Amino acid sequence: MKIQSLEDLKKISQAYEKQIYVPKGIKVNIGMASCGIAAGARAALDKAIETYKDNKNVEICQTGCIGFCEQEPLVEILAANKPRVLYQNITEDKIIDAIEGYMAGEFNKNKKWILGQLRDPRSLLDDDIENPLDGVDPIDDIPFMEDIPFYSTQVKIAMRNCGYIDPDSIEEYFAKKGYIAFLRALKNNKPSEVIDTVKASGLRGRGGGGFPAGIKWATCAKHHGDRYVICNADEGDPGAYMDRSILEGDPHSVLEGMLIAALGIGSKQGYLYVRNEYPLAVKRLVTAIKQAEAYGLLGKNIAGTDFSFKINISTGAGAFVCGESTALMSSLEGKVGRPRAKYVHTVEKGFRESPTNLNNVETYANVPAILLKGADWYTGMGTEHSKGTKVFSLVGKINNTGLVEVPMGISLRDIIFDIGGGIPKKKNFKAVQTGGPSGGCIPEQFLDLPVDFDELAKVGSIMGSGGMIVMDQDTCMVDVARYFVDFLRDESCGQCNPCREGLKQMLNILTDICDGNGKEGDIEFLEEIGAMMQKFSLCGLGTSAPNSVLTSILYFRDEYETHIRDKKCPAGVCKPLFHYEIDQEACTGCTLCAKKCPQSAVAGKKKEPHAIDQENCIKCGICYEKCKFDAIKIC
Amino acid sequence: MSKAAMMETVDAVEIDYIELDDIIEKDFDQDKENLIMILQAIQRHYNYLPKPALNYLSTKIGIPMSQIYGVATFYSTFSLEPRGRNIISVCLGTACHVRGGARVNDKLEEVLNIGDGQTTEDKRFTLESVRCIGCCSLGPVVKINEDMHGRIGSDEIEKVLDQYE
Repeated sequence: MKIQSLEDLKKISQAYEKQIYVPKGIKVNIGMASCGIAAGARAALDKAIETYKDNKNVEICQTGCIGFCEQEPLVEILAANKPRVLYQNITEDKIIDAIEGYMAGEFNKNKKWILGQLRDPRSLLDDDIENPLDGVDPIDDIPFMEDIPFYSTQVKIAMRNCGYIDPDSIEEYFAKKGYIAFLRALKNNKPSEVIDTVKASGLRGRGGGGFPAGIKWATCAKHHGDRYVICNADEGDPGAYMDRSILEGDPHSVLEGMLIAALGIGSKQGYLYVRNEYPLAVKRLVTAIKQAEAYGLLGKNIAGTDFSFKINISTGAGAFVCGESTALMSSLEGKVGRPRAKYVHTVEKGFRESPTNLNNVETYANVPAILLKGADWYTGMGTEHSKGTKVFSLVGKINNTGLVEVPMGISLRDIIFDIGGGIPKKKNFKAVQTGGPSGGCIPEQFLDLPVDFDELAKVGSIMGSGGMIVMDQDTCMVDVARYFVDFLRDESCGQCNPCREGLKQMLNILTDICDGNGKEGDIEFLEEIGAMMQKFSLCGLGTSAPNSVLTSILYFRDEYETHIRDKKCPAGVCKPLFHYEIDQEACTGCTLCAKKCPQSAVAGKKKEPHAIDQENCIKCGICYEKCKFDAIKIC
Repeated sequence: MSKAAMMETVDAVEIDYIELDDIIEKDFDQDKENLIMILQAIQRHYNYLPKPALNYLSTKIGIPMSQIYGVATFYSTFSLEPRGRNIISVCLGTACHVRGGARVNDKLEEVLNIGDGQTTEDKRFTLESVRCIGCCSLGPVVKINEDMHGRIGSDEIEKVLDQYE
């Protein structure tokens, strides 16, 4: 059916509320985002479907990712008048026991498998309905999800539906107040009112630059021609995957955000530029677009009005620089993705030389929430110049790897130590790298810094798309800087000298330092090249490329100096600059290292201290990782 | 890739121009703007971009060969040489890097005796390094064809490779 009015939409929405909150039988939601599938969710899903194919009382469903990647596959089980329970690490061998245990009401038996129970499954957008868990007796001795440190400070707006609905079902998105914001604006508001709301919300672009979305929309709307709305889903920052998660878990929120932008700007055609490495996201988007078209929410004369909007999907082909807006548009036109100088902004002349508005996935996902709840609601969260929430991907040397959405202004310490659970194996925190290859490394002294576009810039880093790579004492900062420079040198489009040659020279110097061939003056030279690149590169990739080198020199200069002067790598990463030795006092002679050594370079008698044959040692680090007594030392 | 095509050598790959026409015309409206997606479709079909197919494409949609070559070499997904039956993508994203992705890569290069972007002589494997496939929680990650192998240690590589013919 084609939806014609808000009433039509609300009717479907209410009908499906029951399905997602109080199902008829037992509902099993299996997290089927890429990371869940990689951890074994597909096999678990197949097994459950096969086992319960004749049992109409058990419904096996898929959802997106709720963010706690460390514990995937995650499975949620619910039923009417029963608690909603989230199970962790549920692989093929455990799924049936978990479901049977839930049905029998036996929670103590498999307690280790349970992450927690929900107190309230509603999102911030549908909290006007009654909490479906009101009056349901909770299970004793099982924590509430809302009280678990990983979740307690999170506020979900962009990721509001991820993990709670079936991403392949538009009806479940309707049940979560989906498309209401768009339809209400279409029927009741002037385009300028839509833009004014987004402006008033203070929403800033979540892709990296942090430019106010409302101002961008308003400027684009002022220019004449066929205007385009583009969604940048070319998430290229290594270590950031929130956009993938939103596309895989809640594709309609992005489509609705684009529809609202099109309405405000006056556009008939939209494009989603999706990274080629995200095949599942593309598949879910194709399904989502078809469903929206079937309901008449995309296409010609939407909901009986004269507003028409079409969305096409275009896949990238593996070029980091295509995250830059002008390069992306050039790639969309089927050309080589090289950025151009922005004397004329893309809002005036972008895709096909026409006015173009480009935002990223997370930005669009925020838009329906802002329109539904109002700008005041949104500005109630965050700091003075950074409103709302931001999704971060917490990865690297951290206990709770995952995606977390927190209000702006929360401190890095809260994110890393409270939500993230700190550093594994009791090791020491060293730095956190924010903003991907264009960002910088932030040391311990700034851990109390509030997360905010401007505050991060003050210490030389950027918010970027929200990657947060945590590094511990075993991470060498020179090696990390070299890693990013190597990455960017690969990805530089090569058309401007400062970026192309600057990165090449930086990489040579950094490689020399890591190989033990560093010399006096190298650090100063790196700083000089970095400053030149920041000033004279053509696009954002080049101007931000030296950030990781410059911040690591700024905060970890001594580490560079140790590499150059003492020819030592204190973290034990740069192979020519260290060797392993066994502490004769700490070694208990447990023989574990000798057994694990691929070179048989460790020798010693049982219960007596061992020793490493330096000639044969390839410094693979396996003994260092495996030793339970801290007896392997980096020298 | 069809079985027959797989047995062909580099020079003798047979191009079915009717099929190629279908890709260019039906799937992508013979539109120049769709060049990248057309190339992706050709690569899906042949496992790489055969030169005769590109020549044909050039005349068909009116883009000079130089420009097609520019696009095919600029984007990292494209390969102008035949690739192996199994594509190994070893993730060298930041999260995998700090968790020892390079060690896994070294081991793969050693076991297969090939470098980044190369194919084994028996065409069984092609090794490609990628920067982040978004499975950072499972790092280090190796993707073989569509299968994800997470939290992989360098000592487990050989066992995993055995699963692919």
